[in-house]
Amino acid sequence: MAYTTLGVIPARLPGPVPVRRCTVDARQLVAVCGAVRQAGGLLHALWASDESDRGAGQLLRVALQDAAGLLILELPLAGDAPMFPDLSVLFPAAGRMQRAARDLSGVRPQGGDARPWLRHAGWPEDFHPLRKDAEAASAWPVRQERYAFVPVTGDGVHEIPVGPVHAGIIEPGHFRFSVVGEKVLRLEQRLGYAHKGIEKRFESLPIVEGVRLAARVSGDSAAAFSWAYCMALEALSGAAPPPRALALRALHLERERLANHLGDLGALGNDAGFAFGLSQFLRLKEDLLRANDAAFGQRYPMDAIVPGGVAADLDEPNRLRLLGEVAPLAEQVERLHAIYDDHAGVQDRFMACGRVEPELAAQLGLVGMAGRASQQLRDLRCDHPHAPYDALAVNLCGHRGGDVAARVAVRFAEALESLRLCRLLLEQLPGGAVRAPVPEPQPRAFGVGWVEGWRGPVLVALEAGAGGAIRRCHAHDPSWQNWPVLEHAVIGNIVPDFPLINKSFNLSYSGQDL
Amino acid sequence: MNHVVNAGAWLAQLVAVTTAIAAAPLLMGWVNQCRAWLQNRSGAGLLQPYRMLRKLLYKDAAIASAASPLFRVTPYILFGAMVCAAAVIPSLGTTLPFTAAADTIALVGLFALARVFIALAAMDIGTAFGSLGARREMLVGFLAEPALLMVFFTVSLIAHSTALPTMAQALAHRGAAIYPSLAFAAVAFLMVLLAENARIPIDNPATHLELTMIHEAMVLEYSARHLALIEWSAALKLFNYCCIGLALFLPWGLGAGDWRSLVPALGFLTAKLAVAGAALALIETFSAKMRIFRAPEFLATAFLLAVLGLLVHLLLGS
Repeated sequence: MAYTTLGVIPARLPGPVPVRRCTVDARQLVAVCGAVRQAGGLLHALWASDESDRGAGQLLRVALQDAAGLLILELPLAGDAPMFPDLSVLFPAAGRMQRAARDLSGVRPQGGDARPWLRHAGWPEDFHPLRKDAEAASAWPVRQERYAFVPVTGDGVHEIPVGPVHAGIIEPGHFRFSVVGEKVLRLEQRLGYAHKGIEKRFESLPIVEGVRLAARVSGDSAAAFSWAYCMALEALSGAAPPPRALALRALHLERERLANHLGDLGALGNDAGFAFGLSQFLRLKEDLLRANDAAFGQRYPMDAIVPGGVAADLDEPNRLRLLGEVAPLAEQVERLHAIYDDHAGVQDRFMACGRVEPELAAQLGLVGMAGRASQQLRDLRCDHPHAPYDALAVNLCGHRGGDVAARVAVRFAEALESLRLCRLLLEQLPGGAVRAPVPEPQPRAFGVGWVEGWRGPVLVALEAGAGGAIRRCHAHDPSWQNWPVLEHAVIGNIVPDFPLINKSFNLSYSGQDL
Repeated sequence: MNHVVNAGAWLAQLVAVTTAIAAAPLLMGWVNQCRAWLQNRSGAGLLQPYRMLRKLLYKDAAIASAASPLFRVTPYILFGAMVCAAAVIPSLGTTLPFTAAADTIALVGLFALARVFIALAAMDIGTAFGSLGARREMLVGFLAEPALLMVFFTVSLIAHSTALPTMAQALAHRGAAIYPSLAFAAVAFLMVLLAENARIPIDNPATHLELTMIHEAMVLEYSARHLALIEWSAALKLFNYCCIGLALFLPWGLGAGDWRSLVPALGFLTAKLAVAGAALALIETFSAKMRIFRAPEFLATAFLLAVLGLLVHLLLGS
């Protein structure tokens, strides 16, 4: 898409995925966002970076996704409390990102929701942790927080507060239900309990070591985040990982997707009271993790992907062993798929539950696996395939239903597709080295990594500092866009169906609380 | 009915009640173990409920500051009601002294008493989950009770009595005669048993999802000895329901209640409960949990089946 009529001429950034970048003014920002929205594009991420060490103010970065790839718009902001145009009117997903940018960097949107998002009572309103002059180790006394939940009034309406501490062992999040009887009128989420200052911590790490922290942004997407980080670092430093390393990275990513889909399919059965499904899928997942352990020395791909390549090579006996496990696993997944499909009780719980119509999904910007289940047919592995996906012809798995059943169907299809990709990758595994040297990047070099994780597209925007340091690193999980959609998905459903709907999205708390 | 109150009978009664209290967690452990096996898991073992009770009894109780005395006494009332029920149900013999003390209608009342107290205690703290659980429990309860009464009426038409021991005796002495009305009543009773004991498909006793709970939501605020008593009462309730079912629909092997007949009766009871527990686990493994608003349909079906049993008896006389 051309934005030249708006005076915007983006420059292509180096790297395997199509990313363009351009500096804009406030008017151009709104105009380009409007044009992208009109053309059916999405807001992908929004964050701010402190430029005070270069004698400027804050720099707002907005990552938009259009047909040609990723477009990063940079809006310089001046002053101590800089303002920028409210983008949540164009992209509803921008709301929480703007609130987080305000909490962390002190940049404010002109309008929109003024409540804090990541800042609970942990630090004062005028302290912005991501400013260069903010001391990371600052501590404040804990205060009582008063968060203005939106009240729902009416005859028989009452509130059910759930969390942040739950009856099961899950991540912390608060859900405020307004219900009449069992019917949900409104759900409001309050997240941010898992905020741990990851973006600030990045700035004290050497750039080659930042990958270890990136892998820990959201533990279930370790391969996706570490690949995205490495992609960004390699793009800005000009390193070229060898083909064997790229194939092994894809293998890690697909096996991570597989492990998560298997676990979720089991958990979804269990949440419908069908414990048989849980034990069967957990068995399959455990076999997969043990095979990971035998082949790569670790169950989860936590530090498997490193700048320049991968940490461990795959030897021939293990390659054959992993290859031999693909077909039996696919057969078992297909049999369990048939059992789920034939079980009237399970289908009764899945069907028409937590429906997000394709129109609503498009309006709210639902992404990733959940988006594909609502006819938002986007998958980076198909749309902008980078090596080794360009040689694999990934099949996009979509569904029109938008309900829990659709998200289950997409998971089954993607699990089988991942197994097919694993087979191809293992069969056609190129020879050679698995690691290439990474030259020290130039200060101010900027690179972007963009990888389709199991949940959706994961983005890491990395900027190098002087002497091999990180100047700014923004890691973006698709949960940012999808959490608000969950609030809409439960409207009109009954309270006891919420856990099932929530699980069908299975969004990350940690990944967006950072 | 001719009941001779003597020391032997009282001893037999004591054995029956003690057996119920002691063996109830074992039945729960057996059902859970069977479920684990059916799901290809190795399971926690038959004794896991006892370990859980011991753990809870060793803990210090934490009680919400807003709790009234009702909250504290409810576990004891619950446990007491279930022990009373265990004494009334002819699990080992039909002429034990207490079995004549109350008939089936009183038994339903005893279960209702326990339900009212647990629901009140759930709402006592004022948490959202307590009232949520209490509300759902009453929804299930008010539909399950009439169905249970209908089952009892069907059987009592055959036995010409509403006293459980008489009913069991009458049915046992008819040998292998097949009653179509009893088949309807048995299916209805099984459905009520599943609903009343918070089993799948109505409730999921193993869930950690607080928003989906019925029984568990009511007891979220309980801890330590109180929780132990509640868990124990839940196990006793399942045991009692199973014994009612066995007394009505599989009454063979029940002793008269004297000292000598106890041992074979105990053997019969163990065998029958083992089969019943395995069957329960099988049903639970095959089904998924229903949406809560399907519960009324489920229990209405139970009621309908019980009424059909009654009609079949009146029309066919069998």
